[in-house]
Amino acid sequence: MSVSSVIEQPLDLIRASLDERVLIKMKADRELRGTLHAYDQHLNMVLGNVEETINEIVVNDNTNEQTVKTTKRKIGMLFLRGDGVILVSPPLRTK
Amino acid sequence: MLFFSFFKTLVDKEVIVELKNEVSLKGTLHSVDQYLNIKLNNVEIVDEQKYPYLGCLKNCFIRGSTVRYIQLPAADVDTDVLQDATRKEHQVNKK
Repeated sequence: MSVSSVIEQPLDLIRASLDERVLIKMKADRELRGTLHAYDQHLNMVLGNVEETINEIVVNDNTNEQTVKTTKRKIGMLFLRGDGVILVSPPLRTK
Repeated sequence: MLFFSFFKTLVDKEVIVELKNEVSLKGTLHSVDQYLNIKLNNVEIVDEQKYPYLGCLKNCFIRGSTVRYIQLPAADVDTDVLQDATRKEHQVNKK
């Protein structure tokens, strides 16, 4: 059976990513990479070994120059509320 | 219902709740309800310099919809049980 025949609904794709590393794009320019342990139909999720990347646009007061400030941090176990999720991308084969 | 049950297993554990307005509250999980509203006891504000007016907060109710993340104690999360429960929930919701 091919993968595409098992996946009929959008959530089936996320089910297939359980216990795998996933990439989640969130509102407010945040990205999460982590191991998917649980989700529900709202896309509330529990992730393990998470790395969060936050991109902020910083405006220099003097020159009015805009620069993107990237901050990263690691979190061991994280529940995330589904209403902030933009997309969930299945296992990352690279990195 | 999955995450409601999950949070009930984390009652009396220490969590850090990050809200959508960037405030982080560290405290002991006292109770949860079906909307994932939360009551925290022994609250400490993580970045108290930034939010000094919150310093006097000792216990609080948090509306579920204002939550962005909840950092969990990794040792108290059984990831195998979570994944099994997620698969079961997925089956039920497909019907």
